[in-house]
Amino acid sequence: MATIEVQLNGKPREVPAGLSVTGLLEFLQVPMGRVAVEQNTEVVPKARHASTLVKAGDVIEVVTFVGGG
Amino acid sequence: MDTPFTLAGKTFTSRLIVGTGKYSSFEVMKACHEASGTQLVTVAVRRLDLTAKGAASLLSWIDAQKIQLLPNTAGCYTADDAIRTCRLAEELGLSKWVKLEVLGDEKTLYPDVEETLKAARVLVKEGFTVLPYTSDDVITAKKLADMGCAAVMPLAAPIGSGLGIRNPHNLRLILEAVKVPVIVDAGVGTASDAAIAMELGCDAILMNTAIAAAQEPARMALAMRLGVEAGRHAFLAGRMPMKAYATASSPLAGLVGLVGH
Repeated sequence: MATIEVQLNGKPREVPAGLSVTGLLEFLQVPMGRVAVEQNTEVVPKARHASTLVKAGDVIEVVTFVGGG
Repeated sequence: MDTPFTLAGKTFTSRLIVGTGKYSSFEVMKACHEASGTQLVTVAVRRLDLTAKGAASLLSWIDAQKIQLLPNTAGCYTADDAIRTCRLAEELGLSKWVKLEVLGDEKTLYPDVEETLKAARVLVKEGFTVLPYTSDDVITAKKLADMGCAAVMPLAAPIGSGLGIRNPHNLRLILEAVKVPVIVDAGVGTASDAAIAMELGCDAILMNTAIAAAQEPARMALAMRLGVEAGRHAFLAGRMPMKAYATASSPLAGLVGLVGH
């Protein structure tokens, strides 16, 4: 299986080539629901997760709400 | 009776905004939210821990029927990072309300006013309801209000310090100068601090550590609710003027032993 390297939440990570954002979240076993994804500093809206491809060298952030003041 | 607290066109019966950080457990947090009567709670946006499988979700401990989420940009030190965080928060929370917080340094957690103004300008233009944490400086507060922020949120003392209302005069200047709600954000340590801020005429108070770090957090949440309400009523009632000398509360007329009256 061909893999690519992306920067994921601040760390280099090998992931399968050709994944969509939806595919990436499934690969990472991220519980669907309240997460937001940023690709190269731009938010990828949920409606475009399935159609947005993850490319080598992408800087991906997967975030959620945590406790704060 | 009080008038409801209106913020960006939305009305709240509670004037106490509470955080979701630093509690010993989600159970304690939930009990505090209930005791405080809050209808608006702050949350932070952070990277998902990709190694933790099935981690407990903060949101399942917040009653969405009663409580609205207010995502913050806590921990951001530049306008750009704060703007990115707000855009992610919108994607996460499906709302454009944000508590804007752009910090200057780690020791004081004082706001970087220049970066805060820069971020606020962009976010207002993008249609966000911007609630900015700011210094207790009237000029900055005016600029934030003038550019379209929905409220201004001056600190009363450094974040998490519990030092109370250190400069009531500065808060008064801000209250006089802006038409948007003034929300004291940071510095309150105990219920009397909350009451003092509300007596000055502040519209609401935002706090986290004062409740979370109390010995009995849920009881402190209740105390804060009562402090906010007491202060608000005292403000509406209008306090008596202070005087240097005593004025008797009981009538002199009819005093036993008085002769010739």
